Amino acid sequence: MRQHSASLTAPRLSTVQTQNLTLHYGKKAAFKDVTLTLDPGKITTLIGPSGCGKTSFLNCLNRIVELTLNSVISGRILLEDQDIRTLNVINLRRRIGMLFQKPNPFPLSIQKNIEFPLRHHGIKSQRRIDEIIENSLQQVGLWQEVKDRLKTPALSLSGGQQQRLCLARALALDPEILLMDEPCSALDPISSEIIEDLFLRLRGRYTFLVVTHNLAQAKRIGDRTALFWVQEGSGTLIEAGTTPQLFENPQHALTRAYITGKKG
Amino acid sequence: MTKLAVLNKVFPMRWRGSMETFMTLLIWSVACFVVGVLLWLLSDLIWHGMGQISWTFLTTAPQKAGRAGGIAPILVSTALIVGVCLATAIPLGVGTAILLVEFSPQHSLFGRLVRLSLEVLAGVPSIVFGLFGNAFFSKTLGLGFSILAGGLTLACMVLPILIRATQEGLRAVPNDYRRSAAALGLSRTATLWVLLLPAAMPGLSVGILLGLGRAIAETAALIFTSGSVDRMPESLLDSGRALSVHIFDLAMNISGGEANAYASALLLILSLMVINAIISGLAHWFRDSRIQVI
Amino acid sequence: MFQWRSEVVFVGVLRGLALLSGLIVLLILFFLLQESLSFLQTIGFLRFFKDPAWHPVSREYNLLPMLWGSLLVTAGSVLLATPLGILSAVFCQYYAPAAIAQGYRRLIELLAGIPSVVYGFWGLVVLVPLIGRLHPPGPSLLAGILILSIMILPTIALVADASFTAVPPEYLRGAAALGLGRWATVSGVVLPAAKAGLMTGVILETGRAIGETMAVLMVCGNVVQVPESLFAPVRTLTANIALEMAYAVGNHRAALFVSGLVLMGLVVGLVAIAEVIHQEQIYD
Repeated sequence: MRQHSASLTAPRLSTVQTQNLTLHYGKKAAFKDVTLTLDPGKITTLIGPSGCGKTSFLNCLNRIVELTLNSVISGRILLEDQDIRTLNVINLRRRIGMLFQKPNPFPLSIQKNIEFPLRHHGIKSQRRIDEIIENSLQQVGLWQEVKDRLKTPALSLSGGQQQRLCLARALALDPEILLMDEPCSALDPISSEIIEDLFLRLRGRYTFLVVTHNLAQAKRIGDRTALFWVQEGSGTLIEAGTTPQLFENPQHALTRAYITGKKG
Repeated sequence: MTKLAVLNKVFPMRWRGSMETFMTLLIWSVACFVVGVLLWLLSDLIWHGMGQISWTFLTTAPQKAGRAGGIAPILVSTALIVGVCLATAIPLGVGTAILLVEFSPQHSLFGRLVRLSLEVLAGVPSIVFGLFGNAFFSKTLGLGFSILAGGLTLACMVLPILIRATQEGLRAVPNDYRRSAAALGLSRTATLWVLLLPAAMPGLSVGILLGLGRAIAETAALIFTSGSVDRMPESLLDSGRALSVHIFDLAMNISGGEANAYASALLLILSLMVINAIISGLAHWFRDSRIQVI
Repeated sequence: MFQWRSEVVFVGVLRGLALLSGLIVLLILFFLLQESLSFLQTIGFLRFFKDPAWHPVSREYNLLPMLWGSLLVTAGSVLLATPLGILSAVFCQYYAPAAIAQGYRRLIELLAGIPSVVYGFWGLVVLVPLIGRLHPPGPSLLAGILILSIMILPTIALVADASFTAVPPEYLRGAAALGLGRWATVSGVVLPAAKAGLMTGVILETGRAIGETMAVLMVCGNVVQVPESLFAPVRTLTANIALEMAYAVGNHRAALFVSGLVLMGLVVGLVAIAEVIHQEQIYD
């Protein structure tokens, strides 16, 4: 079992690679033939119109797509050169944290929200748990706001605070990869800015994949950017590259049209 | 316009007005009639039953075949029968509901068959449950006329109610919880215990109360399973007379049993009303707390 | 998907429980059949219709009077309860002020929750003497119909209420724009739109009426005969079972189980029809 480092020791940076990844829901392909690498410690942003398979792609990486009926994956997903299908799914999801579009803390207290997954993953010492809770809340800048009311229901927090709590909950498990599914789209501009700042502060410690509708955000926070598009009824990876390159010198006509707002 | 023309043909103007008045009167009188019948029934029960109910009535044994004395052994038997019923039906029903909602794909053959058979079970008349209970629990399993046989028969009967309510409770839990718990690497069992079951608890309690109400009200399924011995039961294998069976027996077979039948019927209705009140209270609380969650 | 042994065990236990729940219906069917079999094999189904009378002790098994009894009581109560129930729901939805409608709904639910033995008892001590004064003896087909109507009225009223709620409000606005009165709207627009739901309600109440035992047992008089008037006593299939199970043995007992099987078949058939209507309504 890995040590719980939070911010104390140098984080382990990992890469994720997909090779010819295709996902079907029943007969319908959500996306086809996606080959993409997430660089360690970098923020990769994923853009494209709605329904182009971005979220489905995200859900494949930690295998929660398997909760959906009739989902069939083909192709390969490698986490540090290991096929994720050979890994224990529970450990895999522990190494890959995820933040959803809508903040979704459990209907438990703030503290329990972080504590319950930790206990489930075998951390028994209350001192250790308290330490991790404080640490992860510190990381998302929520500690000062909630340290006196850890026992209150998480649902009493504001939307932005809830989303940061969900991030803290993911960070507490000390993941290597963070998947973000439009993490700001349900938030007001100020909370959204706070979350965005957090990503920038955490850059370099985790490998990020951020799905976003917001082109400006993709440009602001991304190191690398990839564009998905619907072609022939299913999602396709159109272009991927460093963010400045993709936005300033797009290779593909669709990319050019999309980033200039002519399409999508 | 054509619609108006058609309607004018069907309801010519000259008597359309009086038709409206007539129907308004008719509908209000139907409503008053229904209310009247219910009030008549309730007031009759209260009028004749209230005077009979006393502490002694509740705590003494019946005398002269129930014409005099109280209903203590009958209350004990009723409680035991309902207890056996719930103790069997709750684990069975909750387990089935969890499997159907959380652990079996919507369209799996097994799930579909179980669902279908539960729908049929919900429609089976109570006298048929009585026949079945007599043939299976009393005769084949050798339980005879006993509280155990009666309770188990009732358990089969309330099972569909319990399962439906638990399923609804679980389905009402937002799917986000399941997804985010999975994303945190939690096993489905842990998710179930810590998140889903507590969230489904209101639905589950409503189901249990509905089942309890149905079990207390039941008569036909008990006559040939738990029997009608009105002595204090000494074990679950003794025959015991449920309150509803007591009412039936006093009314039909015992001349002069009316007064105590009234009291027993009033008691039965009152306990069902209490259960109903708790259910609607829970339903309200459930709705409010769900709005808060979402 | 399952990671731990404990989870595999847990799901295994759940599967066992679900299997048991699912098997109950088959168990019921099996035992009804098993107990009926001797009768069907040695005596035969036709004797139910051809024997001169119902005297199981002297091996005469004519079930027709009971079939008529069940049929007449059911038909009468459905005919009476259906208009009352539907008008009750119309009252709730379109005539009563909101507060009264809510109270009225509660009341109907209360009516639905009263145990059948209490209805039967009330019928026996209040209704039967009244009918007896009008036209002796009192315990009669009419008493059964009246009591059963009150009992099944909540079923149709609640189902109708739910299906009226599902009628799109645009229809009502459309009708109002045409200058239609309340009843014209209800009869011309709402009732046709809610037809499928109302059908389901009627079928469900019919099932409830056929299967009802205690109330009819207590007020119908239980004389084995095809009734010649509303005031004549009758015996239904269900009452017959309840009355004779206590002492029935051998073929007599088997005959009662056959009638139970018939009852179950009827009610399950009705449930199935209701289910089909419900499904079609969803896919429309």
